[in-house]
Amino acid sequence: MADTALASTASAANAVPAVQIVGVNKWYGDFHVLKEIDLEVAKGERIVICGPSGSGKSTMIRCINRLENHQAGRIVVDGTELTNDLKRIDEIRSEVGMVFQHFNLFPHLTILQNCTLALIWVKKLPKKDAEEVAMQYLKKVRIPEQANKFPGQLSGGQQQRVAIARALCMNPKIMLFDEPTSALDPEMVKEVLDVMIGLAESGMTMLCVTHEMGFARQVANRVIFMDAGQIIEQNEPVAFFSNPQHERTKLFLSQILH
Amino acid sequence: MVQTPTLASPTVAGKAFVRRQLAASLPPPLATAGILGWLRKNLFGSLSDAILTVVGLAIIVYVVWTVADFAIVRAVTTATTGEACRKPGAGACWPYVTSFWRLFAYGYYPPAEQWRPNVVFALFALLLIPLAIPAAPLKRTNAVLFLIGLPIVAAILLSGGVFGLASVETRLWGGFLVTLIIAVTGIVASFPLGLLLALGRRSNMPAIRFLSVMYIEFWRGVPLITVLFLASNMLPLFLPVGWNVDQLVRALVGVTLFTAAYIAEIIRGGLQAIPRGQYEGAMALGLGYWQMMVLIVLPQAIKIVIPNLVSSFISLFKDTTLVQIVSIYDLLGTIQQSRNDPAWTAPTTSSTGYLVAALIFWTCCFGMSRYSQFIERRLHTGHRR
Repeated sequence: MADTALASTASAANAVPAVQIVGVNKWYGDFHVLKEIDLEVAKGERIVICGPSGSGKSTMIRCINRLENHQAGRIVVDGTELTNDLKRIDEIRSEVGMVFQHFNLFPHLTILQNCTLALIWVKKLPKKDAEEVAMQYLKKVRIPEQANKFPGQLSGGQQQRVAIARALCMNPKIMLFDEPTSALDPEMVKEVLDVMIGLAESGMTMLCVTHEMGFARQVANRVIFMDAGQIIEQNEPVAFFSNPQHERTKLFLSQILH
Repeated sequence: MVQTPTLASPTVAGKAFVRRQLAASLPPPLATAGILGWLRKNLFGSLSDAILTVVGLAIIVYVVWTVADFAIVRAVTTATTGEACRKPGAGACWPYVTSFWRLFAYGYYPPAEQWRPNVVFALFALLLIPLAIPAAPLKRTNAVLFLIGLPIVAAILLSGGVFGLASVETRLWGGFLVTLIIAVTGIVASFPLGLLLALGRRSNMPAIRFLSVMYIEFWRGVPLITVLFLASNMLPLFLPVGWNVDQLVRALVGVTLFTAAYIAEIIRGGLQAIPRGQYEGAMALGLGYWQMMVLIVLPQAIKIVIPNLVSSFISLFKDTTLVQIVSIYDLLGTIQQSRNDPAWTAPTTSSTGYLVAALIFWTCCFGMSRYSQFIERRLHTGHRR
């Protein structure tokens, strides 16, 4: 298949793929939301997933850290297969960072506490070390001065940058982004994308569900288009945007690239 | 306004405008700010508002005056017998209260041993006050002492029988002492039980969910009076011969189990208000179930339901008076018992006693209510998204 060929070029150096999805199916009741999904993501690869709403793109990346469970097929994350084993799931979750559309910061904790929480309770770091790590990543996303405020006191863009820092604190091998800029005011999209671009340049393995096509052009190794629970088309960004093959892809691109 | 025709675009010729100076904020008009503005807005906004204000004020003045007249102006303050209170026109009979205050405070606890309840009261206050003040240090030690140390010390000290303390049966305990014991034990013990039941009812495990639902629906389905009555009269029938559970302990257990069901439903309400994203955010970081619940979900859920929780606790505090029906004499019970004492029989004795009960209950409940509002404000960390 085309996707394995593409992936193999990117993953020549790394034998174990970061994420391997084989024949995954998922249903919500009678609704077949993911149909025979096959996807391999090499280490260091940056993938942008787009598609109309309800196409299953969020569901697919949420399966990777088991926020949703799949009913058929295999998902292997960094060599560990996702099963019902709760301990393994927690292990994978601490290695896979996730950034959500609505930030999902904890409103009762300060920015710093949001970032140190998992370091202290999951990685069992002493509080002081955890705070050092957190401040380092808050500096990286350029908001160290907000450390002692509460999420409710920050703008949407700032909150999303905190959410990225919070995920990075766990030193993840893979980062999942679920429409990170869709809930932001237009003026704040850029500051979040800048952080994501910086992250991409540092070599992080990234799967981003987003409609920011400029971002896709700039950083993606591969763009995936999904519709009706299936991967319709995937290609490297230049070819994907300039020469889409499938009719559905052409229609979608014509709708969003005015 | 600065007209700048040179900037005019072809479509809006002559309408182009660039603001050179930002408009400054002005103070609000006098009639809408300050005391006058407040009065006008809240009390005299319209003719019907004004009429309601005047009528309301009149009612307040009438009630306050009636109570003050009874409790202060016409009150009998010094007397050694009920004779003075029996005179026509006499108000509140305060000497009755002063002669019975020990009964109200300790019940029939032997007077020579009443220093023991006093020590318990003092310890309670000493541990509760720093626990309630957010800035006070050593919260953890304080909480352990209050929740574990105090109950043990109080039980040993009040029952006696060890360390050379004379044994005092619980049937002699009474008055405010018993009210406080039942209320505090009920509140402190029902909260963790209710919390577990709330989590159980939302558990993914069918057996745990079923048991929690059964428990909650059972205890919510029976009146507290029935629970107390059954605990007092039916429980001995089920226990092996020779076994006996103390009457007060039965009431404590009954009140606790009963309240836990209500607490569980209140906390469940809070849990349901927490957005799915909070769970996902916690899970995505690799937190386990208990970490997620204790660190992320419950702090937010409980914060939301503080008003309901405190309502429930206030209601429990007042429901302690029901233990009278199983022959435990709490504050109200001791007032009931003493108000018919022949030496103090007077038209106003009962009213005076009930006024005292009302004042004490109101003070405690109002205190809880105000404290909960303080905590709510303190926990407010800006609007949620």
